[in-house]
Amino acid sequence: MKKNILYTIAGLCAMVFIFSACHKDKRVTTTDPNTGEVFSAPGDQVGRPGIATVFVSAADKDNFNVTIPSVMGAAYQAKFQTQLQAYNGGLYTTNLLGLSAAAFTGVLATDVLNVSTTGPTTYYDGTNVLTGRKLDDDVIDVSLILIFGGPAATSNPTLTSDHVDHNDKAFLTSFPYEASPW
Amino acid sequence: MKKTKLIIAAASVALLLGGGILWASDHADAPNVKGKSTDITDLYVFQGQNTDNMVFVGNVQGLMSPTTTKTASFDENTMIEFKIDNTGDNVEDLVIQCVYKGGKMYIYGPVKPASTGLSSTVVGTASVVVPVTPYTASAPVIATSSTGIKAFAGPRDDPFFFDLDQFHKITGGTATGFNSPGTDTFAGTNVMSVVVEVPKSLLNSTGKLNVWLQTKQKN
Repeated sequence: MKKNILYTIAGLCAMVFIFSACHKDKRVTTTDPNTGEVFSAPGDQVGRPGIATVFVSAADKDNFNVTIPSVMGAAYQAKFQTQLQAYNGGLYTTNLLGLSAAAFTGVLATDVLNVSTTGPTTYYDGTNVLTGRKLDDDVIDVSLILIFGGPAATSNPTLTSDHVDHNDKAFLTSFPYEASPW
Repeated sequence: MKKTKLIIAAASVALLLGGGILWASDHADAPNVKGKSTDITDLYVFQGQNTDNMVFVGNVQGLMSPTTTKTASFDENTMIEFKIDNTGDNVEDLVIQCVYKGGKMYIYGPVKPASTGLSSTVVGTASVVVPVTPYTASAPVIATSSTGIKAFAGPRDDPFFFDLDQFHKITGGTATGFNSPGTDTFAGTNVMSVVVEVPKSLLNSTGKLNVWLQTKQKN
């Protein structure tokens, strides 16, 4: 009789142990509140700075944000080329990178940021071109030069720099690099 | 001749960008995202202070005044996702997913996505979770994972700079060029920012990446 009680208690303990173990397992898998959550309604999309606002027409702006990069070139290169020539009154030949209108807009239409993992990362630093984007890169001047500056960056001189060449707050040398808010 | 060209260029710009359309970086770029938690301002990717690391910066909700920033927050309904192609086909091989929940930013990856394209499912469990830095904090709150991934989330000064007002004058036909020096239209404005620093060894790169930033919402 005593033995039976002991067995029962042992059995109950085992059951409690198993349940608590199971319970623990369950807790481990649910500690992350977002796992498996689905975000299916597309919002915004960007690779390089200013592309959507400069080259995409008002009618296409929402569509551009939901066109995946692998099909962007086919969908937008010709439209971008038309815009580029419109900016230049039809006089665009090549730019500082030596790119024709078709070649330049071919690069831009696939809106991804090209990044080197083996060297300096910059939008353009006088030597390296499109190897990333640093916080202090003057991407507007680079864009203006490539759009308006012609083959030697000397065309349309009043349109090739906005003469704002740095941020309004100093960046940090260490993580998270961006300056504190105003 | 030069002057004629300039006038033509300025007129063309006015034609294309007239009607009050902003040329920011990606701030308020399209009707469906303007003024929403999904509105991306900028993407930055650069080598870290430790050059073995790569830094990914995704900024949203731009042009915020200090007053607006005090009450600004991330949206639990919006994922901010870095897409990373390491094979050159402009299709993502890895993603870094950032999801805000209960005052913290959960960072997933870099990891192979469940599927490529516009819809995203949160993959696995978070690599690192960082409390969102409050506006009034004296120092940024930073979290680091056992695998060396660092994360920050919170309000920051908008790192973008541009004389947008003068550009508007050019496009509006009341100016023919920029001033020297120019005036930074984005001075004094803030964004909501996510910064993730990742050891390059986790990116499976052969030297080049193509990166883009997406936002998306739960349906």
